[in-house]
Order: sequence, then structure tokens, then C-alpha cells
Amino acid sequence: MKHILSALVLNKPGVLAHVAGMFAARAFNIDSLAVGRTDDPTLSRMTIVVVGDDRVVEQVRKQLAKLVSIVKVQDFAGQDMVARDLMLISIACPAEKRPEILALVEMFQAKVVDIGSKFVMVEVSGPENKVEAFIEACRQYGIKNMVRTGTVAMARQTQARTEGIADNSK
Amino acid sequence: MASKKQTQSTAVETKTGSQVLVDTLVEQGVDTLFGYLGGVVLPFFDKLYDSPIRVVIPRHEQGGCHMADAYARSTGKVGVVVATSGPGATNLTTGLATAMMDSVPLVALTCQVRTDLIGNDAFQAADTAGITRPITKHNVIVKDPNDLARTIREAFYIAATGRPGPVLVDIPVDMQIAQIPVTPAAPIELPGYRIRDRGHARQIASAAEAINASQRPVLYVGGGVISGNASEALRLFAKKANIPVTMTLLGLGAYDQNEPGSLDMLGMHGTAYANFAVQECDLLISVGARFDDRVTGKIQTFAPHAKIIHIDLDPASIAKNIAVDIPVVGNAKQVLADLAEKAEHRPRKEWFDRIADWKKRHPLRYDTKTDTIKPQYVIEEIWRQTKGRAIIVTGVGQHQMWTAQFYKFNKPRQFITSGGLGTMGFGLPAAIGAQVANPDALVVDIDGDSSFNMTLTEISTAVMYNLPVKVCILNNGCMGMVRQWQELFYGRRYSCSSLENPDFARIAEAFGAVGVRADKKQEVPEVITAMLAEKRPCVVDFHVDPEENVWPMVPAGKSLHEMDGLDIFEMA
Ligand SMILES: Cc1ncc(C[n+]2csc(CCOP(=O)(O)OP(=O)(O)O)c2C)c(N)n1
Ligand SMILES: [Mg+2]
Repeated sequence: MKHILSALVLNKPGVLAHVAGMFAARAFNIDSLAVGRTDDPTLSRMTIVVVGDDRVVEQVRKQLAKLVSIVKVQDFAGQDMVARDLMLISIACPAEKRPEILALVEMFQAKVVDIGSKFVMVEVSGPENKVEAFIEACRQYGIKNMVRTGTVAMARQTQARTEGIADNSK
Repeated sequence: MASKKQTQSTAVETKTGSQVLVDTLVEQGVDTLFGYLGGVVLPFFDKLYDSPIRVVIPRHEQGGCHMADAYARSTGKVGVVVATSGPGATNLTTGLATAMMDSVPLVALTCQVRTDLIGNDAFQAADTAGITRPITKHNVIVKDPNDLARTIREAFYIAATGRPGPVLVDIPVDMQIAQIPVTPAAPIELPGYRIRDRGHARQIASAAEAINASQRPVLYVGGGVISGNASEALRLFAKKANIPVTMTLLGLGAYDQNEPGSLDMLGMHGTAYANFAVQECDLLISVGARFDDRVTGKIQTFAPHAKIIHIDLDPASIAKNIAVDIPVVGNAKQVLADLAEKAEHRPRKEWFDRIADWKKRHPLRYDTKTDTIKPQYVIEEIWRQTKGRAIIVTGVGQHQMWTAQFYKFNKPRQFITSGGLGTMGFGLPAAIGAQVANPDALVVDIDGDSSFNMTLTEISTAVMYNLPVKVCILNNGCMGMVRQWQELFYGRRYSCSSLENPDFARIAEAFGAVGVRADKKQEVPEVITAMLAEKRPCVVDFHVDPEENVWPMVPAGKSLHEMDGLDIFEMA
């Protein structure tokens, strides 16, 4: 099963190496990793997606928590949370395909960020499965290039859904 | 923040980084360190010259690291080792990994090339932090001289607290030369480092309930009881609750083996009675142990009838290798004291009768009738003549297992051995470290010929510092443990497992130590008597039966009760 771990880490050199090294040394696999600053300049947030049975992931969580430079680790499994990926994708797009592709962009609530005579670059964000669905939908036109971030996630504060689209990222 | 305030005041006292280093070590209570020189560590050694700290120079940094390790294991204090950049630092790796696996509190200070040269393949530069990351509890490189004192304080704190371990601080030479304002020590703030001392009350309650309900309990204790200074708490708890105790290799000494409740060591070369008891118990109480594969054998069939209580300071240790029924995260001493309060005495006559029967039928044995020197005999004789009170150190191999089996330990920190990593060559430098820390103690290294070969250059250190360590080589002329596996599992094809040894006694003499050789069984007692009376470092080369094997043995991958060698004497 896929687990999203969110770790608050000290914003210091070497921390990423400690985390990556621990994963390698203990033969855990990272599915994706996203690192970014927080509102507190001394802390960063790492969102780590790992696949494994609950026992393995619990070990990952504990081993992460044990690292001196990691302040807090949370496993979002079973929690109500919002998880998002971001992708930039450049799709082959001759003039005659433009309307079709733009319709697709609209349907996915994506954004065109660059456009040329033979391509269109699109920014897509959302739950991982939405991003994946967009890739599938674009295959028929030809994907020239794409880049994705790892998942970032946050627990919901309230039970009420604030968005129209059901979040089925889990 | 404190430093800002200081710099605002007019007359700021400054010191060089190297002086701050030395002062901080003194402040941390360091009386001895093991260190080796090199270009970038010169400023630090220059300041050590006038300091009250005693410096012991090993002959190799690995030796220095093992010395600091044994200094720590034998006292409970943090050991300190210092090495220069590049090769000095890489020579520490085996020692750090050894300390890491056995949770030994160590601070390693390595020096580094100038900050502006890092990454440019400068002379004697190595990515020490990168190399040692997986073999230290924590490591840091100091990039701002103002961080020096704080970083050292944190290193000592992290090394000694929680589950102890080695912490490495890498210090570029410009940090040592820099003039830095002297600031008062700020309290340690490590938001990512928390230790849970007290077990959860509800977990303790359910553990106590399980203990009181158990008919056939066993305490399975490891090195955590020793490093957590919990031996006395263990004794009181085991006595009150009336529970037999088995120990891991690193746990030996945690419980007096002369007590009738001692099942001695369990595991691959453990006693039959310990292994049978674990396999038949209905409750296994693990304290400061980690269900290592050498202990459990086939994990799926380990303690198959038992409910498992796992008491450990390190939450990551719990449920890592085995499913646990009642986890208790906390300090062994505190948790055992809490449990003792709630535990009720149960007679458990049937259980103790069964154990007594196993003990009677399967004691540890060896053939006492041969003419050759049996290695076990040497160990028994050392035990007898030292009245079971020496600090015993070993290398790795058969001799290590026989020592664990035949020397009966009665107090913590008495047995110093590389368990987790199994580092050959640990013996002599560890004996030196233990002797430095305990000048009046009798320190005996029971070593293997191949293990001793790896670090015997440290005899020179023992001679230089007048350390009366005793080295007893159980010389079987081969890598005995490897030879045993080849005999049992590789059709007696003894590929590359024997070495041509030098004359160890003459080597010792050449180094300025006492060297003795013993070939005959009758000589053994008197040679040991003479050795123990010796005031100089002394190496005794016992030529023992080369064919002797360690029994019993649970072959790798088998269940604990599937021991070979129980009937070896009946068959003979
Ligand atoms: C540094 C190191 N290299 C290799 C090994 C693998 N090994 C384990 S025991 C052993 C043989 C040890 O021989 P010796 O020291 O003579 O002890 P004996 O088994 O003969 O008592 C070897 C090679 C090891 N544990 N450590
Ligand atoms: Mg040998």
C-alpha cells in the first residue's frame, strides 16, 4: 500500500543525505520525495511517498523519526488529507489539434503555460491519479517532454470538503 | 543569540577554535582520549599539549577507535577518539561501525581540510561525513567556528543518551585556527531528538498482568540492560517475579551467571537449556535486546508459544524483526523498577523443574580427557584463577563463543566483545582501552590467532603506556569459526581458512612485552598463574586442539531448538 509520510526536518545541510542514506541503508524504496521550506526558516518539510506493507512503513516512520535532524514524522494513512502532484507536460500539438487539446486542458482544469506552432506546454496539478489520467489522455498526441514533482500533502483541518471534486488521491 | 549579545559588549574574550575544542572536552569531563596526529589536526594537538587530558596514541586509528569503545563499554562514560582527515578518518570506519552496532557511546573528532578546499579533491580530503553517515548515530561537519562548542556538547549528549552510539564531528582546520568569542554554554536544544524514559503506564500494567498470569516466563536480556545500568533493577525484578534469565552475547554480565535463575546465553551457540526454555516459554520478556538473527534462529518459529513483551528505549527496535504483543518504550532501569512493583511472586515449580532437568541433561561440555589443550579448558582455568572477576575481552570467532560459554560473568561491563558487527581484531585494542579506563583491574583478552593477527601492532601501545593487559591466544592455527562452517556445511573443503602464523611469543618479546608459549595441557594452570602475576603486558600463545568445534550450534536458518552437538559426547 502507498503511504504518504510528512516529515518536519531541520533546515540544515546534510539532512537530505541523512534521509536518503537511511532509505538506502535499510533497503526501503522511495516512491517520491518533495522538499520545501516552511514558514519557519529553521525548518523544512519533506513529503515522502513509500510503498510497502504497514509493518515496513511503520519501520520507515520510526527510523525517520530516529534521525536527529528530523523533528516530526506523520503517516497520513487512514487520515483525511489533501495530496497534490504538479506536472509540466509538453505535448505535440499541430494547429489542427489545438482545439481538441485545449478542450482536454479545460476538462482537467489544467493551464496552458507555453504554446508554439507544434507544441503546447501545460501545467497540471491535482491528485496523482488525475495527473496520471492527463498523461494517458495526451499519449495519442505525443508527449515531447514532461516533469513531475513528488506528492505534497496536508491533513484536512475540518471534516467538510471544501472542494467540488472528491479527493480520491488515496 | 547569546553570541550576538557578547559581540556587542566592548572587550570580548576570544579563543582559537582548537582551544575551545579542548576546553569543551574538559568541560564534558573527558580525562582521556585516543588520538592520532596528522596535518589538519595539528592545531588541536598543539592545545592538547598543555591540557589535563591524557592522550593515548594507538598505532592505527582503528585501534584507537576500539580503545575508546572499550573505555566506554567498561565505564559507561563516553569514549573519545581523534583522527586526522582522509586516511585517518577512513581508518576509523571499522571502529565506528563496531560501536554503532553495539550501541556504544563514542565521540569521534575528525579533522578536515580547509572549508574552501572541501570538494576539490585536496590532499588528504575525504567526505568523512558521507562515509560515516550510516555507521554513526549522528554526524556533523562544523562550518562556522561559533558552532564548535555547541556541536561538541550536542555530540556528547547524543552519544550518551537514549540508545547510545557513536557521534562524529568533522572539523575543518580553519575552524580550529579561527579566533572566536567565548560565550557561556547555552542549554542543548535538539528539537528532533527526544528520549522516552518512562514506559507508558497502560503498557506497563498490561505487561505486569501478563507476567503475573504466566506459568512459563523467560527474561531475555541484551546489552541495553548493561548500557542502561539496569542490572540491579533486573536482579530485583527477576527475583521478585521469580523468572529465569537468559542473556544475549552483549547481555552477558547483566545477570549473575552464578545465580540458579541464570540460563546463560541463548542463540546460535547458546546453552541448550536457554534455547529450550525460550522455545517452550509462554511469555518472553525482552529487555534491551533486538531479536538479532543470531539469537532467534528461524524467526517464524522463535518462541512459538510465547506472548512477547518488548522493552526498549529505541522505538525503532520494537517490532523490527518480530511481531510484539506488548511493546514498552522506555528506559530499562525505570521500566523494570515499575514492573517489579506490580509483579507478584509465583512459585512456577513445574517450570523450574523442567529447566533444572534440561540443565542436568545438557550442560555445556567438552572433552576433558584428551592430551591436547582444549580451548574451553584454558577459559575455565582463567575463570577459576581470576575468580570470575576479570574484565574479559575477545576477538571474533570460536574463541569468542567459548569465552561466552565458559567464563561465568557476574557483573555488568565485565565482558567486552564485538557482537553486532563481529569485528576480528577488536580484542587487543579493546583490552588496552579497558585497561586505560580501569588501571587496577585485571584485563584479559581471550583472542583467536587470526583475530590477533589483525591488530597485534597495538602491543606496542600497551608497552609504551605500561598497560599490563594479558592476551591469551587460543591458537588453533586457523580461522576456526570459518573452518567449522566449512567442515559442517562445505564438505570439509578448507578453502583459505588457515594461515601460517608468526611466533606470537617472540613477536611480543620484540615489542617489549612478555611472550610465552604453551603446548601441553599440564602447563596451562601454571602459565596462567604466571601471566596473572605479570606486571608487564603479556602474550600467552596457547596451542590448542585445532579440530575443536563450538557446540551446541543452531545452524543458520534453523529453529532454536534444532541444536546440533547435544549428543556429541554420547556419540564419542
Ligand atoms: C574483520 C573480519 N574479517 C572477517 C571476519 C569473518 N570471520 C569470522 S570468525 C573468523 C575466523 C576467526 O579466526 P580466529 O581469530 O583465529 O578465531 P577462532 O575462530 O579460530 O577461534 C572470520 C574470518 C570477521 N568476523 N571480521
Ligand atoms: Mg583461530
